[in-house]
Amino acid sequence: MRVGFFVTCLVDLMRPSIGFAALRLLEAAGAEVYVPPTQTCCGQPAYNSGDRADTIALAGKLVAEFEGCDYLVAPSGSCSGMIRTHYADVFRDDPAMLVRARTLAARTFELTDFLVNVMKLEKVPGTLSGKITYHDSCAGLREMGIKTQPRALLEKVAGLELEEMAECETCCGFGGTFSIKFGEISTRLADNKCQHIANSGADAVVLGDLGCMLNIEGRLRRRGDTTTRVWHVAEVLAGDAEP
Amino acid sequence: MQIASMHFKERANLKLNDEVLRANLEKLKGKFVAKRRASLIELDDFEGTRDAGMAIRQRALDDLDVWLEQFEASATARGATVLFAQTPAEINKLVLEIAARHGVRKIIKSKSMVSEESALDHAIEAAGLTVVETDLGEYILQINDYEPPSHIIGPALHKSKEEVAELFHRKHGTPRKDVIEDLCLEARGVLREHYLTAEMGISGGNFFVAETGSVVLVTNEGNATLTTTLPKVHVAISGIEKVVPTLEDVATLMRLLPRSATGQSISNYVDILTGPRGSGEFHGVDHMYFIIVDGGRTEVLASDVKEALRCIRCGACMNHCPVYQNVGGHAYGWVYPGPIGSILTPMYVGLENALDLPEASTLCNQCGVVCPVRIPLPDLQRKLREKEFERALRPWKERAGFRLWAWIAGRPALYAVATRFGVRLMRMLAGPGGMIRRLPLVSGWTNGRDMPAPAGRTFRDLYAKRERERGRPA
Repeated sequence: MRVGFFVTCLVDLMRPSIGFAALRLLEAAGAEVYVPPTQTCCGQPAYNSGDRADTIALAGKLVAEFEGCDYLVAPSGSCSGMIRTHYADVFRDDPAMLVRARTLAARTFELTDFLVNVMKLEKVPGTLSGKITYHDSCAGLREMGIKTQPRALLEKVAGLELEEMAECETCCGFGGTFSIKFGEISTRLADNKCQHIANSGADAVVLGDLGCMLNIEGRLRRRGDTTTRVWHVAEVLAGDAEP
Repeated sequence: MQIASMHFKERANLKLNDEVLRANLEKLKGKFVAKRRASLIELDDFEGTRDAGMAIRQRALDDLDVWLEQFEASATARGATVLFAQTPAEINKLVLEIAARHGVRKIIKSKSMVSEESALDHAIEAAGLTVVETDLGEYILQINDYEPPSHIIGPALHKSKEEVAELFHRKHGTPRKDVIEDLCLEARGVLREHYLTAEMGISGGNFFVAETGSVVLVTNEGNATLTTTLPKVHVAISGIEKVVPTLEDVATLMRLLPRSATGQSISNYVDILTGPRGSGEFHGVDHMYFIIVDGGRTEVLASDVKEALRCIRCGACMNHCPVYQNVGGHAYGWVYPGPIGSILTPMYVGLENALDLPEASTLCNQCGVVCPVRIPLPDLQRKLREKEFERALRPWKERAGFRLWAWIAGRPALYAVATRFGVRLMRMLAGPGGMIRRLPLVSGWTNGRDMPAPAGRTFRDLYAKRERERGRPA
């Protein structure tokens, strides 16, 4: 089984260790992982800004890079959601590409969904002594149906205690360029999220998307919270999360 | 209504700092969000009912001309007069003509958002007639110098009990009351006289039923029933998209509307009004008119955001929208706030007059998953963003930035060089704890948040290095 690993541009640039944690999990689950070296971005920033020409160019590039794989897996609900739920719209005027995009979309998975539902992963190497809370990212939850998968895997992490926060399904305010164009509103939503995290009493917030991660961590630190950790679920599962 | 949607961002930022508003909006979650969720349990198959509701609304839109003609024929056969208004201004003209024909001096109104599109109350007053809003929320806003509504079903939802108490005390000249029931009784006392003396009642219309020629009104206060039966003339105003083929369709939609709106199994009142009082009938008005409004709707119908016309005005999208929950409805600057407003406002008043609205969303799709008729709201917001991009309505810097970034991302070798440089630059800007406090070009982010600095080298570089060390160069 050949799994194409789409690291996503944000993990690539900001926190490559998440990519390696995801690789280890995939390999531990028995997948043969292929990382296309020319990969860059799925095109979502352009798509959400109404820039169709650039979206088509970047999406076409990604389809060509990954269509030789049995699966495409990404450590992100947002990027995998872009491919699975939006590529058909991107290529709505190009029947030949539409077929190729749909074929890839059907084989595209978010990391935890893939580990649970395709690889049937039984054990995870991670251990973590402490209380965490989980933030459901919007695209992961509402486009990809990611809700129980990360929780099922986190349950296997020795020592970990999950305390759900209030409004765990509410947007953290990232929204891509929204976070810059509407900085004040975005900051308020992030602040609300930080308050819910604080109220949960957790030592760390765990999540599955880099956008939310940067946004929440950035707001936590600006609020003066220097102790609450922000982990990607892959880091916790792979054993990279240290207290 | 005056359009202030081009100032969304400035208005929203002001609202963010309004602590009273924040407390008032907080009530949304308990009042609407929690009650809606609880009420869905009663339905055996909520998702199936949503499918049915969507299909009914879509069927109506697919052959809208046919259903409108059938509605006109049915309503006319029952003795009502059906008028069409091409523009909002025509609504006002038609209402004043009807008033003149029947010697009307005083008009009472139950809630109609469509009449907000044409600022009907102002036109009535300018013509020297009296108009009194009877929906409690609308009444509060009317006596507060026509403050605009901030929500489509709870127009005064942005106000606290204390603010209303103060307003009543000031405007009615009565002792200040602090119990909600007492405030309601006071408003009822004021309004009762108007019900008995008005010659015309104006209502909105939740649905127009093609097979029977009826208008359906979904309300909780009873004011619509009085407004549409006590005066001698009733005028129902609503959009062309509100027609549905059959009463059976209404029955299905009524399983969705009150639950999605207020979490009620059924609203306190459902009026189905068909024609004026017939011979031998005791209840009903002498004259019944329908004003069916286009106001940009046929353009929406012909566009790629036509699904927005399925809307049954429950307000669930705004109740669940994290942006609306934090800035309130006034920030949106026109009649319809929240996610549905971010589609309808640009379509009805012009995209160039509401540029921020399709952008003012994180695309979190909380609206889409609660919409009872499955309007894909984030997809429609994205369609409008495409139009903004195509028509060069976004700032040139933003457009140029996207083009440049996408051009680089399409060239992996160049992208590798550019990202190496970018990562290094960001690391240089980072302070203690690996956090960047200020970042040029993205102050919108760094004004309220730190930006975590990149860890070091890119994943692609590290992975290539690892593969080389393992003797497996890419």
